Amino acid sequence: MIWLLVVALGLWGWTISRSPQVKAQWIAIFRSKIAMSSAIILLFYLSIALLDSLHFRLALPNQTAGQAVQYSGQTTSVLDLVFNEIRNQTERTYSAPFALKEHSTSIIKDEAGLVQQVHLPLTHAGSHLDSAQARNQDILLKSLWAVFLAWLISKALISLHIYWRARVAKISWWQQAGLVVKGQTDLPWRTAYLTFSLALISLGWLYLLGHYYHVLGTDKVGGDVLYQSFKSVRTGVLIGVLTTLVMLPLALILGISAGLFRGWVDDVIQYLYTTLNSIPGILLIAASVLVMQTIISNHPEWFETATERADICLLVLVLILGLTSWTGLCRLLRAETLKISQVEYVTAARAFGVSRFKIIGRHILPNVMHIVLIAVVLDFSALVLAEAVLSYVGVGVDPTMHSWGNMINQARLEMAREPMVWWSLLSAFIFMFILVLAANLFSDRVQRVLDPKNN
Amino acid sequence: MMAYIARRLLYAIPILIGVNLITFVLFFMVNSPDDMARAQLGAKQTTPEMIASWKAERGYDKPLFFNAEAPGLVKFSDTLFVEQSLKLFVFDFGKSDAGRDIGADISERMWPSLQIALPTFAIGLITTITLALLIVLFRGTALDTGAMVIAVMIMSISGLFYIIAGQVLFSKILHWVPISGYESGWDGIKFVILPVLIGVFAGLGAGTRWYRSIFLEEINRDYVRTARAKGLSEMQVLFKHVLRNGMLPILTGVVVVIPGLFMGSLIMESFFGIPGLGSYMIDAINAQDFAIVKAMVFFGAVLYIVGLILTDISYTLFDPRVRLS
Repeated sequence: MIWLLVVALGLWGWTISRSPQVKAQWIAIFRSKIAMSSAIILLFYLSIALLDSLHFRLALPNQTAGQAVQYSGQTTSVLDLVFNEIRNQTERTYSAPFALKEHSTSIIKDEAGLVQQVHLPLTHAGSHLDSAQARNQDILLKSLWAVFLAWLISKALISLHIYWRARVAKISWWQQAGLVVKGQTDLPWRTAYLTFSLALISLGWLYLLGHYYHVLGTDKVGGDVLYQSFKSVRTGVLIGVLTTLVMLPLALILGISAGLFRGWVDDVIQYLYTTLNSIPGILLIAASVLVMQTIISNHPEWFETATERADICLLVLVLILGLTSWTGLCRLLRAETLKISQVEYVTAARAFGVSRFKIIGRHILPNVMHIVLIAVVLDFSALVLAEAVLSYVGVGVDPTMHSWGNMINQARLEMAREPMVWWSLLSAFIFMFILVLAANLFSDRVQRVLDPKNN
Repeated sequence: MMAYIARRLLYAIPILIGVNLITFVLFFMVNSPDDMARAQLGAKQTTPEMIASWKAERGYDKPLFFNAEAPGLVKFSDTLFVEQSLKLFVFDFGKSDAGRDIGADISERMWPSLQIALPTFAIGLITTITLALLIVLFRGTALDTGAMVIAVMIMSISGLFYIIAGQVLFSKILHWVPISGYESGWDGIKFVILPVLIGVFAGLGAGTRWYRSIFLEEINRDYVRTARAKGLSEMQVLFKHVLRNGMLPILTGVVVVIPGLFMGSLIMESFFGIPGLGSYMIDAINAQDFAIVKAMVFFGAVLYIVGLILTDISYTLFDPRVRLS
């Protein structure tokens, strides 16, 4: 499913590179340093989501030869494999980031039979340490090592890219590298490399230290928050991307036909979107999701695994979000189509007897593309944020699914605890913030370049 | 003018019927009246007679869309759908499935919602417009760029974060205001301050950006150049000429939401424990109370349509070129 998307994106990229005007526009977008670095951050999120979408079922161990291979009931993704150790290092309950002991006290009897309240030590965090005092030094050493390693890897990948760019430009590696360092390349590669290394270093640091400590703490049942945050990336990205994909054809077809055909078609479509618009959005979504939840829980036999069910729930949610959110873009497209269809060249085309579909394809679609693109990127960030709110209201993704909304929702119940359990909340918010910020900054730049008002 | 409003109100009827149809279909697709009766009466030992009497009490005993037993046109009118919709049109919301009077609930819960929503809206509007004008005054400088970056950052943070961070900071650590609760009258102001402030702050980023782009579009017009040529100061140009002319696009977006303020905010109200319409909706959603959800959807749709009409009327007030016909 998501791979189909990647193929579609690739095809789209290919068509873009064939048309010189559109290509020039994209290059203009990437000429901005901010756009470049946010695009790279978005790519990182996207690749984490992709890694997590490649899932399969592991074969169960201890199988006798000759029998059909037995598969476990749980699906595993590539991301799960990468995080295998971190995923399995579960504790009993809450623990703060980098803590060696549990967050809450438990009552135990010591050898003398006295009842004591103590913070029990964690089983997986810092178990390689001799004493608690050595912790800070150990963290520092391990951090340096992780940063160095990630820096090396990023340097290696960057020099490969420089090599490729140099080959294309037919200059030597050193010349290209010199241009990059001085910031004299056409596209801001220096910023790109910097962002790339920074992202890779922070990822590497989180990942390597995650093997020795709970870098972002653990949740109520002792699950590692770092792992959960990474798993939630897929949910957020999927909701953002797929919903816009559901919404886009609806808005495009209805908006353009309303603007082009007018008459009763226009009336019907206007009636449709005014009606949908006048229902308070969240109520409509909540009602539809409740309906779907009832249907799904009445038919447990449809799904083989829990992951599959959660995925279907997500898809249904995406469908509902798409069906309820096309109205805004549709109205914009209708207005724009009305304007464009009055322009002389469209009238001329019609006078020559060019068919309606050709007019749409040749004249109208290219002229509304900027509206579509801006709306898509803006909607993406709005949807990522909406997921958290929906999960809070109780109509979001399946509660068993990893998502930022679910993380926030669970942690919210612990607000009253003294001292506070803040790490789940904060990591969910930060992961979300970086993604949404990157998308917003990128859309800003897209808007500036593509919107004809600014030219 | 009156004729125009009357016509707009007539247009509203098919839209409201459509709204009802959507909610109706959504709910009865999975929840037949029999299921609802069973859920409300409790799972144990529901006899068909009990279900029948529950349905008869609440008027759910008619067919959904088509009554085959009735004669002629009544086949369509003597149905659950028509019955339920007609009542809504005279604002008779009836009783909730749990037996409470919805109309009374709504009129009672409207005021707490308004107490939060109205100040948030008013203060938010004034601050964002002032900020946007100030930023436009410094357009092209580092201040402009910096303000826009901050605006994007404010936009990118989840609204839930503001609420949680605000509660922790002002209530748990500083103990300035109570964490949640509600009181009517002036004593209740301590409960209202925090949600209002958080609401205003959360809307700052998006609002400022939007108004700034509106004002920037105005600032290159001829009348602005004329005003400057007359020797007016930049402040006067902005606050007298640009602000007034920018009002028109601002009105389009702002007036629509004013009636919607009655609906309150779902999340704000449930976080701060305010007994308004927002928390009413959340409770209804969680309890799957169809009657309340239906009433609220209808109420919201009416408010939205009123907002659209108000927008048109406000145009005639602010722009003498616009005539409604």
